[in-house]
Amino acid sequence: MSLFDHKLTEIQSMIDKKEVSIPDLVDESFKRIAAVDGDVKAFLALDEERARKQAEEAQGAGKTGILSGIPIGIKDNIVTKGLRTTAASQILHNFDPIYDATVVNKLREAGTITVGKLNMDEFAMGSSTENSSFQKTRNPWNLAHVPGGSSGGSAAAVAAGEVPFSLGSDTGGSIRQPASFCGVVGMKPTYGRVSRFGLIAFASSLDQIGPITRNVEDNAHLLEALAGVDPYDSTSANVPAESFAAGLTGDIKGLRIAVPKEYLGEGVSEEVRQSVLAALKVLEGLGATWEEVSLPHSKYGVATYYLLASSEASSNLARFDGIRYGYRAEGAENLIDLYKKTRAEGFGDEVKRRIMLGTFALSSGYYDAYYKKAQQVRTLIKKDFEDVFASYDVIIGPTTPTPAFKIGEIIDDPLTMYANDILTIPVNLAGVPGISVPCGFAENGLPLGLQIIGRHFDEKNVYRVAHAYEQATDFHKEKPKL
Amino acid sequence: MTRISEEQVRHVAHLARLAITDEEVHTFTEQLDAIITFAEQLNELDTSNVQPTSHVLNMKNVLRKDESAPGLDREEVLKNAPDQQDGQIRVPSIIE
Repeated sequence: MSLFDHKLTEIQSMIDKKEVSIPDLVDESFKRIAAVDGDVKAFLALDEERARKQAEEAQGAGKTGILSGIPIGIKDNIVTKGLRTTAASQILHNFDPIYDATVVNKLREAGTITVGKLNMDEFAMGSSTENSSFQKTRNPWNLAHVPGGSSGGSAAAVAAGEVPFSLGSDTGGSIRQPASFCGVVGMKPTYGRVSRFGLIAFASSLDQIGPITRNVEDNAHLLEALAGVDPYDSTSANVPAESFAAGLTGDIKGLRIAVPKEYLGEGVSEEVRQSVLAALKVLEGLGATWEEVSLPHSKYGVATYYLLASSEASSNLARFDGIRYGYRAEGAENLIDLYKKTRAEGFGDEVKRRIMLGTFALSSGYYDAYYKKAQQVRTLIKKDFEDVFASYDVIIGPTTPTPAFKIGEIIDDPLTMYANDILTIPVNLAGVPGISVPCGFAENGLPLGLQIIGRHFDEKNVYRVAHAYEQATDFHKEKPKL
Repeated sequence: MTRISEEQVRHVAHLARLAITDEEVHTFTEQLDAIITFAEQLNELDTSNVQPTSHVLNMKNVLRKDESAPGLDREEVLKNAPDQQDGQIRVPSIIE
């Protein structure tokens, strides 16, 4: 049994009783990475020397809180001072950040120890982590399959026991989908709940940082440390961080669950459907009730998302020009030529495709037909959620239409890849919080995830339901054999 | 009917400051055409009276006090610049 099979409160009590030390925890992490990361390929960079030094210092200083002394992995689009940050892109292959993201500062205050940076789809664009410029991460449950994406490294590292938890980011499902594929717990908080300062921007109106953990309780503790308004991010909301973990009572009597018929319909595999229906039975047994509802504009989510996210990305990624940092092409004749060569050589195909789609959607003559139209449909999708939340406490459905697909299976077919996010994208468009928790296994042994969606800033309730379900089932206790 | 031509793809690549090969023009035209055709399903919806959403939270005019604070250190900032001279970032000539 690994130390990381224990939840945080148990690990802290082991530290208190001197059964385990903080250097032991960090050592466990690096030993496990040495043993399995050759297969899983979750990490892009390790910070072993600094982590071990911090562990010694933390042990000497005595513990301060629930996260104190616990090793963590960080998605490589979150900047870490003195630790290379690439967003898995060639264009940032040599980038050493000169400041820490706000979440990294918050983690330091909470006492976690960063062991390294985790692989992802380049600039978080993708659903399989196959778009990384550096390596393909593999699903710990079956190495022939993808871990999901874009936070594939973050989910795989937690599932493989390399770290007890990690940070991911979610623009259209990039925390929840890989959490589902890897059988772990992944939370996309309400838009504005967590500061985006230091998160390399993809689509600023959709991006959120969130925790990936082995269980719901740890996830609640980690979000508590990350949440809060930040003067460096004017879109962060001035809503006080609550004690999410204190709400985990196991009691969901009287809970009103909405199940959108669009989330169990066409395109959703039968075994995924059955796992969700079984989960609803468990929740009924705990005193909740559920009814079928409609989110009528769900089917327009993917098209809306790709127009909006790509438009925002085309603007955000304009900063990568070979001038101030990152890769610069050789042999350019003039400045425009330098930009063009640098970006052509530095970006991968999916990133180029989205930059061009976004540039097209924002260009003169097409703006109203594509960009503005998508913004209007976004209003309708947001209203779908408001209508349902007027009568229900949470919305429940699958996280993904199928379990993890094979590496290479759909990488050449962008539209099929995009369709993978059909159940997670509307949540980002509406800005509400959503979590994925393990809810069973497919016939081929790969994990399935249950998605629980709440009202704006109602993470406490989402966690309460996720925790009650988790405690009533054993799926989260299963571990991949590596 | 195609939604986007090879000529338009070349123009968009120029706007986006991406050098692009003839082969890429061909592939990207096909793929972007498929994605744009897919996106046109939004035209099934009448949105004539719908306000656009650019931000999901009800917040506007986030202000702070106009107080000075130290910025980033120049040495540090230059650390990541690919080409530099005398404390400044160097670029190829802009004017012929």
